[in-house]
Amino acid sequence: MEKIGKVASENGVVIFSKSTCCLCYAVQILFRDLGVQAVVHEIDHDPDGKEIEKALTRLGCNGPVPAVYIGGKLMGSTNEVMSLHLSGSLLQLIRPYQHNLSSHD
Amino acid sequence: MMNSTSTQFVPSRRMGIYEPIHQMSMWGDFKGNNCLDASTPMILEVDPKLDNQSEDTSHGTVGHSNKYDQEASKPPDKVLRRLAQNREAARKSRLRKKAYVQQLESSKLRLIQLEQELGRARQQGMYTGSALDASPLSYAGSMNPGIATFELEYGHWVEEQDRQLADLRNALQSTETGDVELRIFVDGGLRHYCDLFKMKATAAKTDVFYLMSGMWKTSGERFFFWIGGFRPSELLKVLLPHLEPLTEQQRLDLGNLAQSCQQAEDALSQGMDRLHQILGAAIAKQLGEGNYLPQVGAAIEKLDDLARFVGQADHLRQETLQQISRILTTRQAARGLLALGEYFQRLRALSSLWSSRPRESS
Repeated sequence: MEKIGKVASENGVVIFSKSTCCLCYAVQILFRDLGVQAVVHEIDHDPDGKEIEKALTRLGCNGPVPAVYIGGKLMGSTNEVMSLHLSGSLLQLIRPYQHNLSSHD
Repeated sequence: MMNSTSTQFVPSRRMGIYEPIHQMSMWGDFKGNNCLDASTPMILEVDPKLDNQSEDTSHGTVGHSNKYDQEASKPPDKVLRRLAQNREAARKSRLRKKAYVQQLESSKLRLIQLEQELGRARQQGMYTGSALDASPLSYAGSMNPGIATFELEYGHWVEEQDRQLADLRNALQSTETGDVELRIFVDGGLRHYCDLFKMKATAAKTDVFYLMSGMWKTSGERFFFWIGGFRPSELLKVLLPHLEPLTEQQRLDLGNLAQSCQQAEDALSQGMDRLHQILGAAIAKQLGEGNYLPQVGAAIEKLDDLARFVGQADHLRQETLQQISRILTTRQAARGLLALGEYFQRLRALSSLWSSRPRESS
């Protein structure tokens, strides 16, 4: 679906989300703590929301939100993001997009 | 009785036509005394035959002869109606019997589970304070066979865990155990934790609050609980001192793992806080009107989110374990698994040790 691709390629880190989804919120918090200003696209406030939801499901996102794109490429949902982070790979992927490295308290 | 000259229909006891009605009252209140007696099958046997023949009547002819004699004196629609009623009564009786048997079977499952609990409790010297508290378990068990199954399987899981740990301890203490053998232990141990996560995922589908409350664990373990299980970051803190000596690279990798694990945990915790607020607000909407179904219904939709969180937390636990095992050598991983297992064993014993401690006389 072109809208997804457009939003993903125009921004560094994109999280497709729903305003009521707390797991999406958790992923946002993670990126914020890593110093990344992620673009959060809430599909329940998007008129094309249903289309986007179907497309994300077809792309393999179970949920289908949150769906995380980094540098225009689909990383996956919460499971994938967590695995990437624990293996150390996530930090490398987001390096170009980190503004300020906030120290977690 | 078959020689009556009245044109009224007389119940033919030989055909057992009215048996079903007697049986009905027995199924109806599950008193159970004669429900499974031998006369029950008679309903099923007689039934198909009833369809094919007319009634043996009381019309004054020799009715005591072969009960399959065709006699045309009964008005056919009355006969058909009674046949239909009998079929219906027999069908209802069969349905009631089926329901009764199902109830028996779930009671049996519950009984097995209670016996397991009792056996385990006696073994470990617990008397209360653990899962034997009547209210939470029996409520969950009798209301939800999925949870009763989970508790049963969890009991088996703990026993298997204890066995694996004893074997692992022996293997590590023996100087002859090589890395190949230890690798088998490590892989088996990790797989066993995965089995538990799978069991929990299945149980979450039937009752997510049960998972969140940790009711299948001892009260001591529940003190350390975080979203349905142990804290992954705690895991690393417990293990680190027991993994020495470590190389510099290992120390660095484990340090990074600890940090990312903590960050992931914090993110999930904040997400859970938000879910708390949203769920609470949904239930608190429009109070005072007496009708609660719409609000509770909306709250129930959010429980899917809760199940996802429990799944996510378990995923974090599983990934943390996998990462640790990748960073360590086989022997270090084996030692780590043993230390972890013993840590959990102590937690399990914590509440019972507390309740059985010697009290000072005042």
